[in-house]
Parts: sequence; C-alpha cells; structure tokens
Amino acid sequence: MSEPLLKVENLKQHFRISRSYTVKAVNGVSFEIYPGETYGLVGESGSGKTTIGRSIIRLYNPTEGKIIFDGMDITGKLEGKTRETLRENMQMIFQDPMASLNPRKKVSDIIGEGLDIHHRYKSREDRAEQISAMLRKVGLSPEHASRYPHQFSGGQRQRVGIARALIMNPKLIIADECISALDVSIQAQVVNLMKDIQEETSCAYLFIAHDLSMVKYISDRIGVLHLGYLVEAGTKEEIFSNPVHPYTKSLLSAIPHPNPEVEKRRKSIAYDHASSGIDYAKGTEHNVGGTHTVLATDEEFDKWVNLR
Amino acid sequence: MSETPKKILDIKNLDISFKTNAGIVHAIRGVSLDLCKGETVAVVGESGSGKSVTMKAAMGLLDSNAIINSGEILYTYTDKDGNEVTTDLLKMSRKELRRDINGQRIAMVFQDPMTSLDPTMTIGKQIMEGMFLHKHMEKEAARKRAIELLDLVGIPEAEKRFKNYPHQLSGGMRQRVVIAIALSADPDILICDEPTTALDVTIQARILELIMDIQKKMKLSVIYITHDLGVVAKVADYVNVMYAGKIVEVGNVNEIFYEPKHPYTWGLLSSMPDLDTDDERLYSIPGSPPNLLHEPKGDAFAARNQFAMAIDEKEEPPMFQVSRTHFAATWLLHPDAPKVEMPVELKTRIERAQKEVAKYL
Ligand SMILES: Nc1ncnc2c1ncn2[C@@H]1O[C@H](COP(=O)(O)OP(=O)(O)O)[C@@H](O)[C@H]1O
Ligand SMILES: Nc1ncnc2c1ncn2[C@@H]1O[C@H](COP(=O)(O)OP(=O)(O)O)[C@@H](O)[C@H]1O
Ligand SMILES: [Mg+2]
Ligand SMILES: [Mg+2]
Repeated sequence: MSEPLLKVENLKQHFRISRSYTVKAVNGVSFEIYPGETYGLVGESGSGKTTIGRSIIRLYNPTEGKIIFDGMDITGKLEGKTRETLRENMQMIFQDPMASLNPRKKVSDIIGEGLDIHHRYKSREDRAEQISAMLRKVGLSPEHASRYPHQFSGGQRQRVGIARALIMNPKLIIADECISALDVSIQAQVVNLMKDIQEETSCAYLFIAHDLSMVKYISDRIGVLHLGYLVEAGTKEEIFSNPVHPYTKSLLSAIPHPNPEVEKRRKSIAYDHASSGIDYAKGTEHNVGGTHTVLATDEEFDKWVNLR
Repeated sequence: MSETPKKILDIKNLDISFKTNAGIVHAIRGVSLDLCKGETVAVVGESGSGKSVTMKAAMGLLDSNAIINSGEILYTYTDKDGNEVTTDLLKMSRKELRRDINGQRIAMVFQDPMTSLDPTMTIGKQIMEGMFLHKHMEKEAARKRAIELLDLVGIPEAEKRFKNYPHQLSGGMRQRVVIAIALSADPDILICDEPTTALDVTIQARILELIMDIQKKMKLSVIYITHDLGVVAKVADYVNVMYAGKIVEVGNVNEIFYEPKHPYTWGLLSSMPDLDTDDERLYSIPGSPPNLLHEPKGDAFAARNQFAMAIDEKEEPPMFQVSRTHFAATWLLHPDAPKVEMPVELKTRIERAQKEVAKYL
C-alpha cells in the first residue's frame, strides 16, 4: 500500500470549561486514511465525530497526539506555507448547507471563494468558466451561478457546498453529516455524486455520519466512535459481517431493515455503557484479524471473541 | 385482524391550498386515508409531499394562509354517555378542537421535542397540565399518574426526573417526555410526525419499540409520518405512499414492501441503502418533486418516471384496485397498458428480503 494521506495518532481533544471541569471529547484516537479512499467515522451524537474533523482541519489545537497530512506534521503551530497547503488540500462539507453558505453571497462567489483567496484564475472569464464547469460537475446548471442559497432546495444547496469544496481540487474532503438532513432519495443522489467525483479526482473522504447504512455504501473502511474512543475499526466487510464490540453490535442492530416480516420479529440489541462494566480507558487495541481491531482489555477481548 | 376493525379516522378527499406571495400552492390534492382502531398507519413520502399538512388539518393546526377547498375528516369516538359519535373535524372551530379533541382524544408528537416542550416548566408539571385540563384530576392523583407515565416511556428514576427542566435531558429523553405528555390524557389516536428523525439510530430503535409497546397496552391507534421506509417496515400495519399532495399507493405493509405497484414506490424502495449487497451505486429517483405553485398536468410523477406513457402527460390516473386492501394510482395498472414489471434490481432485492424472512420463522 502507498503512504497514508492522513495519519492521526493518539489524538486527544479536551475542552476546559472551568477550573474544575474539562470535557474530554476525544480520548486517544488513531487511524489512517489512504489517498483516494473513503473512511467512514460513525457513532452516536456527542461521541466526538465533529471534534475529530475540526481538529484535523486545525480549527482546534489538539490537546495531545499527532496529525500527519501528506507527509507534513500539522499538529503544532502552522507555518505560513504549511497553512496554505492545508487550506488548499483539505476541505470540509457541513451538515446544514443553509447555515454554512453565506446567504448574501451569490452561488458563483460562494463557489469561487477558494479561487479568489488563492488567486487560482487567470482572468474573469477563466474564473467564470471554472465555476460553470464545477456547477455542471455537481449536477447544477451554469445559470444557477447568479442565484442565492435560499433559492435552492436542500439537496441542491448541498451540491453547492460540495462544489465549493471541490473547486480547490483537494486531496481530502471532510464531510461532516453532509447528507443527514436530506431526504432518503436525495441522499442517494448526493452519495452517488460524491462517488463519481472520487473516481474522477481520486480525492479521499473522511465521511462522518450517524447513519450506518449510508456509511456502508460509501466507505472502504469504517471507524466506530463512542464517548471519544475508537472502539472498533476495520474494512466495511469486517465491521458489518463480524462486529465484535457490544456498542458496534447495538449500532448495527438498530438499523431498521426495509423488510416488514423481519423487522416485526427482530428486536434491536441494547447497549448501556454505564451498566456494562466496560471502562474504555483500560482498553487497548486488539487485532481481530486482517485490519480489524477492537478496543478491549484482554479479558473483554476473550469474552467477545468467544461469544461469536 | 379477523373481524373487520372499526374506522376511527376517515379522511375523505381532502383538498388544501396555501395563499402565498408567489401565488396559490395547491399542497393537498384530494387525499383519502383511513385509520382503524388499534392499528398503525404510516404515511411516507419525500419532504414537501404534504404529510404534515394533512395531519395538521385534522388537528386544526393549519397555518392561517391555508384554504380548505373540500374534504371531510370524520372522527368516530365514544362520548361520556357511551354513545358512538362521528364528527367532521373540519367543521369544528379551532376553539372547539382545542377544547374537545386536541391533546385529549387525538395527540401529536413532532420531530423536534423542543417545539412541544416549555423550557421554563418542569417536565412533571408539563405532564400533569393535560390531566388538570382534560381530566380534572386531583393534584396527588395526577402526580402519581405522571410518574407512572415517565416510567412507562422508559425514563429512569422517574421521581427524581419529575423536577427536571427540558434542557437537563438528552434529545432522546426529551422525546420520551413528549410522548408521556401525549399519552397523559389517554388519547384514542396518536399522530407521530417524524418523531425519531432527529435522533440517533439506537435511540430511534428504543423509541419505536416503546411506541409499539404502549400501543398494545393502551389500544392506541397510531398514524406514523416518516420518510424512512425502514421505520415504516418496523411499525406499520398499513402504508400510504404520498407524492405531490396525493396518496399514490396504499396497501398493507407486506403489499407495499413485497408487491409494490407504483413506480414512485419502486423508486423509494430502490433508493434505500441495502445492507446485504455491495452494489457500487445506489439507485436515486431522478429529478425532484414538482413545485405545486404550478400544478402539473396529468400524473405529477410523470417527469421522473422512466415508465411514463403518453397518457401520463394528459390525464391523472385514478386509483386502480389490486387487492382488497391494495390500491395504486398509476396508468400502468390500466388493463390496456403494456405489461411493465418493477426494475429487476428491486425484484431481486425483494426476493432476497423474502428469503431472509425464512430465517425468522
Ligand atoms: N467547543 C467545545 N467546547 C466544549 N465542549 C465541546 C466543544 N465541542 C464539542 N464539545 C463536546 O464534545 C463532545 C463531542 O462533541 P461532537 O464532536 O460535536 O460530537 P458528535 O459530532 O459526534 O455529535 C460533546 O460532549 C460536546 O458537547
Ligand atoms: N403555510 C404555508 N404556506 C405555503 N405553503 C405551505 C405552507 N405550509 C406548507 N406548505 C407547502 O405545502 C407542501 C406540503 O408541506 P408538508 O405537509 O409540510 O410536507 P411534508 O410534511 O410531507 O414534508 C409543501 O410544498 C410546503 O411548502
Ligand atoms: Mg457532529
Ligand atoms: Mg413534515
């Protein structure tokens, strides 16, 4: 395999609220993303997904750990040049396209913002041409350039968000719940679009979501996050066909299947962390086989693996 | 389901428009839908298809720019003296609805629990309020019942939680409180409008199982609005598929999932991610729903329908009957129409789903 595009090593992100109270949002998370692949990060709300995304794109200063992007250490204070490369090569798509798009700006200026900041055009015509091409790529039409965000549907707005991220031709796109607010049929359109774009540009995605069924469609590998710990990770086949951690099992069993005769008989598996007796801080990474790992103590690992 | 169940809510030919600056939006275009006692009916469709407006009409909660062009919403209940009464909810004033129906006989749970909760009032008080208002209960009895309800909806340490304010609870707990409030007046009908859309899947599963459980215990009739077919499969006895302000297919849950007839239903089912295959691409229905400011001529789905025929552009299809319980509004069911099968990918998916069922029998 090639070198990873992104390497996150033992990332901790804590927020100090007061002298006596610190929120430990992320507690020692490690994973890698290879060029052109999609890594799905899943977990319930509050598990630390957004925080990880924001730490990677350096909206936060990591409390501990290391982030290597494209061979550069981007953990500490960023030098001018490193910052510049980072801003060009890593982009983010957000959950709520309405909140993340400036309502007073025309779509052409929203999409062209990166071009303007990094002076990536030769002439006004060239700028307009690049924006038109990008609109076409995301399934909108060049006439949409002069419209404002509120004149679009939710799915169309998300396309604008994707176009804005793509125009810089980034190596990594962090998509934070970017389809969660959309209708199922529109979700399919956006996910297909993201797949097509990846095929064409070989960009990698960190696909953050709480809905596992879509994550399965788009991801090559998956990491399961709970309470700021990566409790299980592996290829999507490893995770879906052989979940080991009780949290992963409960997450998978909670997905309703569009199959009434099955769904009426099936009960989801509950997982109550508080009463489970599991202390994530005591766990270490255990290998299940292949690239499949689970966070567990030796005893827990024996128990969970024999249980299967 | 052996003896014919009693109709409790019967929506007939409901037709609603909204006056807007841009013109008249014909949002509900002749919706008929019924609910029988003790059953769960799901209404499924993309956002904007008219699910919420239909239910708001029944609750007298329509926005002031709404015009009811026609229709009836017949509600049948047993009054204080034990007589069976049927009334048209559309003929009642907002005031009458609020006094006699809303919250009391028909209760509603919305997507965002914060819209139904008062942030300045303890959850205990909010649950008791309905009991004072509708049941004229004594304080101590109401308190006891409220704690029972908190217990019933799965809130641990109900006595302690009684004094909590909404912001002290997680999203899932808040939605449980909203359900407890909805149940506080012993309603006949519970209308759930996307009650779990904003929640995590694990919490969604708990809440759905909770509603099903309570339904059995209290003999509730439930209308469930959602855009998630997985949820429908789990909770529904009957399914209404809604598109552009019309019901385009209705049937029992097995008919809709295993023998769907309308191309829109085919599209909805096909765009669900399938956990059992590794298909490279997800099906998506091309295009988007029509803007009802400019009502389309003919079948509103025609522009997105790969099976559309010439007649679809001209004339709206009527409901064709498929079985005693199954109807679909598509010209494909006309005796003279060419024989069109559902897409082969969907067919194999359904066959796989049915094999899966065997494992559970
Ligand atoms: N800037 C911040 N200050 C304090 N706490 C925060 C901040 N950002 C996130 N948190 C807390 O960190 C935890 C993880 O949050 P988040 O990363 O947003 O989770 P997710 O995206 O998985 O829902 C939550 O408990 C959240 O309240
Ligand atoms: N007050 C209103 N004024 C104008 N249009 C409205 C109003 N309320 C709802 N609509 C329109 O009615 C249609 C149906 O809306 P709704 O029932 O909320 O859809 P759903 O619940 O299926 O997502 C939509 O096109 C919506 O824009
Ligand atoms: Mg988040
Ligand atoms: Mg709605």
